[in-house]
Amino acid sequence: MKFAHIMVFLGVVTLSVLSPITGYSDSRSLELLHVSYDTTRELFRAINQIFVAKYQEDTGITLSIKQSHGGSASQARAVIDGLGADLVTLALWPDVDAIRKAGLIAPGWETRLPHRSVPWTSTIVFVVRKGNPKSIRDWPDLVRPGIEVVVPSPKTSGNGKLAFLAAWGSVTERRGTEQEAREFVSKLYRQVPVLDSGARASTVTFAQREIGDVHLTWENEAHWEVAEARGELELLHPPISILAEPTVAVVDANVERRGTRKAAQAYLEFLYSTEAQEIIAQHFYRPRNAEVQQRFAAAFPAIRLFTVRDIARDWGEVHEKFFADGALFDQIYQGGAR
Amino acid sequence: MTQVGNARVLPGFQTALGYTIVYLTAIVLVPLSACVLKAFSLSWEEFAAAVWTPRARAAYALSLGTSLVAAGVSVALGTLIAWVLVRYEFFGKRLLDALVDLPLALPTAVAGLVYSSLYAKNGWLGRYLAPLGIQGAYSRLAIVLVLVFLGIPFVVRTVQSVLADLDAEWEEAAASLGASWGQRIAWVIVPSILPALITGFALAFARGLGEYGSVVFVSGNLPFKTEIAPVLIVASLESFHYAEAAAMGTVLLAASLGMLLLINRLERWSSRRG
Repeated sequence: MKFAHIMVFLGVVTLSVLSPITGYSDSRSLELLHVSYDTTRELFRAINQIFVAKYQEDTGITLSIKQSHGGSASQARAVIDGLGADLVTLALWPDVDAIRKAGLIAPGWETRLPHRSVPWTSTIVFVVRKGNPKSIRDWPDLVRPGIEVVVPSPKTSGNGKLAFLAAWGSVTERRGTEQEAREFVSKLYRQVPVLDSGARASTVTFAQREIGDVHLTWENEAHWEVAEARGELELLHPPISILAEPTVAVVDANVERRGTRKAAQAYLEFLYSTEAQEIIAQHFYRPRNAEVQQRFAAAFPAIRLFTVRDIARDWGEVHEKFFADGALFDQIYQGGAR
Repeated sequence: MTQVGNARVLPGFQTALGYTIVYLTAIVLVPLSACVLKAFSLSWEEFAAAVWTPRARAAYALSLGTSLVAAGVSVALGTLIAWVLVRYEFFGKRLLDALVDLPLALPTAVAGLVYSSLYAKNGWLGRYLAPLGIQGAYSRLAIVLVLVFLGIPFVVRTVQSVLADLDAEWEEAAASLGASWGQRIAWVIVPSILPALITGFALAFARGLGEYGSVVFVSGNLPFKTEIAPVLIVASLESFHYAEAAAMGTVLLAASLGMLLLINRLERWSSRRG
């Protein structure tokens, strides 16, 4: 009797553990796991709601989409280490490519969707205190004596890497030499009082702890931050910044195993539809669709945007030159900060 | 105590030992050796290059230093709390006793966030400290503060039980023989609880050395200034450098093992003497 109980219990446990793994489910409902970067929570909550309804109408299949959010690189690492994501949205190209290198995404993944698998773009902007008391307008203002800059660490954060590259390019793209760029970023990072590990953590440091004079963050995050601060903060577009290109991909190894390829592919294609592009624009990500772009033009000042390929051959070179151990970023702090 | 080797009065020695070894292997030894093995997938030069950069050295020094200071402060404050809990009766003692364990149960990220918001220069405490030039958040002081918070329960619990067993009559005897307050502490109480103090110190120290969740929120993470070793390890992981991260983990592991062995030894020495 007792033994039978235990066997039944074990059976139930095994089934409940295995069913998500084997994708056991009736054909009319499917579960998708979408692993995405930190600041996209609000966006995907809105998009999922609409896509689930639309997919049911088109195919009769009821989707349930689970979201996971976190720093872009740690999300990539989780997928590599076995988190069964059907699709990924990551802040930087190398994060998706790291999953490809681990053999979970097929080579040439970029070409499977329009715009090199970049459904929206973004950039790095400034957030300052009410009334801009330190009159910060442009990148050179950030290294004036006494200005404190809040930015996440480029070692751990996509926001951090892009902010660093934006600062670098603000010099080299305006005909500055590499030496001048090096001096500029060195000065800038010595004026950072807190180097948080991720985008949201920096937002908290700047907005709630009231540390620093300027916060370098994603354009979409800046809008959210300023709205939350109820008039205490202001968003400021520098005249020049970097073009951020978050990328999306279906995780081939996982969708094959779970039989979710069709739904996952449809989801990513939906991101390019006019309907989704509008939601994307409403959440302050720069849309790709020309018509939507035009309608939301007022929300996105036309500042000069340079790409990563303007300042380096590719992401591999970016890593080697700036962020690898002992590379430029480490050298800034060598011999002690300040 | 002298008969431990062949004390088979209790039944089930072999079963118990068997289980102990299996669990210890599965839960402690295998994960730790996995870390060490991963680290040694690097060549010796790569290993050295990964673990001995100036930035990593600064991080180890900071981790060791703050953990030691925090463990010291924990011992001082924790002993005081244990003393109060054992020797005095007062209203709310049960509640205070339960509160002591709370830092162990609280998610450490919560502790970190609370400390950083309290001690930031616009926080409830920070706003009074800032004019005095004391930076209670995003500084080394902040790391020590939060590690003390996490370390105190270990000291209180180890010292409390020993203090409770210490008969007040010993002190009374010492007092009746003319020992002053200071002499009673130095010659009667401290020697009796010294092994417990050392154990508490070791536990608090080990806790501090491995702490990540809270420190990452209060320290500011500035390389060479307030970046602890575990943060550097995570940074290495985020750049997909698994082996390098494991290498630094191995160094921390070796350092903690060394420290704990040393402290164990001290403890045995002090309890033999006591």
